[in-house]
Amino acid sequence: MNRYPLWKNILVVAVILIGFIYTVPNFFGESPAVQITPAKSTTKLDPALLSQVEEVFKQDNIQYDGIYLDARGVKARFANTDTQIKAKDILQASLGKDYTVALNLLSRSPDWLRSLGAKPMYLGLDLRGGVHFLLQVDMKAALDKAAERFVGDFRTALRKERVSYIGVTREGQTVQIRFSNVDELAKGKKIISKEYPDLTLNESTEGESQLLTASLNAVEQKRIQDFALKQNIQTLHNRINELGVAEPIIQQQGIDRVVVQLPGVQDTAKAKEILGRTATLEIRLVDEDKSDAATLEKAAKGQAPLGDEVYKDREGRPILVKKNVVLTGDYITDAGPGVNSQNGQSVVNVSLDARGARIFQQVTRENVGKRMAILLIEKGNTEVITAPVINEEIGGGRVQISGMANTQEATDISLLLRAGALAAPMDIIEERTVGPSMGEANIKRGMHSTLWGFAAIALFMIVYYVMFGAISVVALSINLLLLVAVLSMLQATLTLPGLAAVALTLGMAIDANVLINERIREELRNGNTPQASIHAGYDRAWDTILDSNVTTMIAGLALFMFGSGPVKGFAVVHVIGILTSMFSAVVVSRAIVNALHGYRRKVSKLSIG
Amino acid sequence: MELFSLKKDIPFMSYGRLTTAISLITFILAIFFLAVRGLNFGVDFTGGTMMEVSYPQAADLAKIRHTVDSIGLKDATVQTFGSSRDVLIRLPVRAGFTGSQLSEQMLASLKEMDSSVQMSRVEFVGPQVGEELYENGALALLLVISGIMLYLAMRFEWRFAVAAIIANMHDVIIILGFFAFFQWEFNLTVLAAVLAVLGYSVNESVVVFDRVRENFRKMRKASVVTVIDNAITRTMSRTIITHFSTQLMVLSMLLFGGEVLHNFSLALTIGILFGIYSSVLVACPIAMWLGVNRANLIGDVEKKEGAKDEKVTEPDPSEFA
Repeated sequence: MNRYPLWKNILVVAVILIGFIYTVPNFFGESPAVQITPAKSTTKLDPALLSQVEEVFKQDNIQYDGIYLDARGVKARFANTDTQIKAKDILQASLGKDYTVALNLLSRSPDWLRSLGAKPMYLGLDLRGGVHFLLQVDMKAALDKAAERFVGDFRTALRKERVSYIGVTREGQTVQIRFSNVDELAKGKKIISKEYPDLTLNESTEGESQLLTASLNAVEQKRIQDFALKQNIQTLHNRINELGVAEPIIQQQGIDRVVVQLPGVQDTAKAKEILGRTATLEIRLVDEDKSDAATLEKAAKGQAPLGDEVYKDREGRPILVKKNVVLTGDYITDAGPGVNSQNGQSVVNVSLDARGARIFQQVTRENVGKRMAILLIEKGNTEVITAPVINEEIGGGRVQISGMANTQEATDISLLLRAGALAAPMDIIEERTVGPSMGEANIKRGMHSTLWGFAAIALFMIVYYVMFGAISVVALSINLLLLVAVLSMLQATLTLPGLAAVALTLGMAIDANVLINERIREELRNGNTPQASIHAGYDRAWDTILDSNVTTMIAGLALFMFGSGPVKGFAVVHVIGILTSMFSAVVVSRAIVNALHGYRRKVSKLSIG
Repeated sequence: MELFSLKKDIPFMSYGRLTTAISLITFILAIFFLAVRGLNFGVDFTGGTMMEVSYPQAADLAKIRHTVDSIGLKDATVQTFGSSRDVLIRLPVRAGFTGSQLSEQMLASLKEMDSSVQMSRVEFVGPQVGEELYENGALALLLVISGIMLYLAMRFEWRFAVAAIIANMHDVIIILGFFAFFQWEFNLTVLAAVLAVLGYSVNESVVVFDRVRENFRKMRKASVVTVIDNAITRTMSRTIITHFSTQLMVLSMLLFGGEVLHNFSLALTIGILFGIYSSVLVACPIAMWLGVNRANLIGDVEKKEGAKDEKVTEPDPSEFA
């Protein structure tokens, strides 16, 4: 009765074997590596990159231990960090800015393991050091900005159809168009409802004039918010690529949040600055008609004329600019620092896309002799960088922005413009930074806790249950093996609380074996034969083991659902650990017991203490 | 080796009054300290900034406090932990400052004072996120409680479910009471420990209840009290050995786990120690008082399984050696 059918024995052996293969990569350690990925996420990865990188290494005589191409890019391993850094510099220089070269650590496991998809466990930031940010996107600002864009669009649309209107203004997130009579309003309404079907239009009368109020309906609002979030994520991608981080994680969380994880980043101040900068560029016309001293003075006190806003330039002088935005940073395709050949000042050279170039050409043609203000908006502060006079029509989409304080500023602003603007400002609402030495210390702490705890339990079990204790310990080791294998297979993020969960799960898993062993002892005491006792012990204990694991599992799942960050890491390991422990404590230990006792004709005594 | 070879059942149920009194007193004390002192919530729940910095030599706390004061953060707390070289600085949420700016500024000032300072860890949680984590924590607790109750009610009987949950909530309250009394920091990892303990100590009740059910089938003539006493006595060995093993692991974490796992293992330790007691000596009396008996536990099942059970030798408690 204590024999497993062949298939069950094969299953046990196969599971252990697979577990072993997937656990092994964790023991090879890691060596310094570089990772080459395309700088823009839109650029497709060219398989020729591999040979290109190999060529570079050959030319500069750089010894590498291994090189391969995966879904994200080319990765190469080196013997030491000196070679790694040298390789990074050389690659960066020869590949140019189309590719990002980042320092990384790669597993030293052999190629055949990698080809099986066997990778070491994926360590969380608290174990390898790095920064974790949770960013909140300011959706109100995104909606305001969208409404602001409609103001300009409506003006253009109405003017094109020759509908006369008194004014278009933004009130919060709605846009109001003022008409002098009902006929014009009806005409205007027809045009706008045709061109912007997603807007909700309301008519009202205010004194002499007729009002048409356009507001964003729920669908449109959602679309704008989704777009803002997507664009922000894209922008963060671009900016992080400029930082050169290996394996960054940038993910949406909920409807208005973004998680950014940068493993291995040590200069957190720099990272925060690059991520947090919400600078956007806007080009607007200076309202020359109203820019007399009296109006300016009044405007500086907060009473800007209708349709205008007042901002300060770099010398602190107030400048009256129109609310209508001519161009935003969205139309910029490239930007780079430069020097003006005539006066030697630092400038930023900006290239616009086709549509931007067309708008720019039209506006400069219509406004020769007037001033155009270039505004930098950062964290709610708007500053006029420069407001040059338009001397002539500018075509071709190449614009030079003067007024930079120095080359450093020109470089910074170029980077911001090139990496794209954020569609809406973001705030860091959660940060968890772990220094690299702390990460290593945390790994040690987690490992030591687990190993010493394991050793203590093993010793106790063997003393208390002798042979059956030893079998329980083997089952527990297999549980550990399977747990590590599953975590490696799933590439679930292992955190310090996750390591604690490994330890705790092992401590709890022994319960199943204790239950079984106690049951067998009891059956023996009742005078049953050893074989019958083993059978009954496992059979009876099974119900209890299942019940108790289900309750633990409920707790684990609840933690997984509602936990965030560290707690989630704990929950994942806990839940997987419960599953592996049920297999190892019941099936594996039984297989061992069966193999030892099941085939003997007569077992007179069990070694169970 | 065998530690618990009991010849007779221990009449646990006759101590019911005593154990309930002990439970009530500890429970009321825990509630009292929770009410008077309150939990010392970590930045996870309150929002704020926590920084851990280390120095190659013993840190000069007075100087660090002075530096903290000099940048206008009078309400910050500065303390060492683990060794005299590691310093923990806590800054509450302040209007007008984003936390990430605050920690950078702090580190810059500390570097100015002593350039050998190393940042080990920064945690900043915005007040809004803190509130959400708090809500989610409460939700998780509710979900665990209702999930376990539902399962036990299905698998056993509602009386057991209620008894098990009361016993284990009593553990949770006592853990929280300890945290309130000693003002240990209560953070997300401690919450994870509390929930894990909840799932774990329900195990104890499950094991005992399983035995109670089995005994009702086997010991036809025995009274409810005898059945429960026998179930507890028979499972006691397993209960203590399992808890001892788990505690060995937790002790190892307490010793080697460092600052992050310290309060986590403390919560587990309290949970495990009280879990042994409450899941057996609190859950069973409650189940008994709620009127658990043979009929409502086995019910119809008895008829179906009756034939099978006949073959099993009826264990007489006094027979065990």
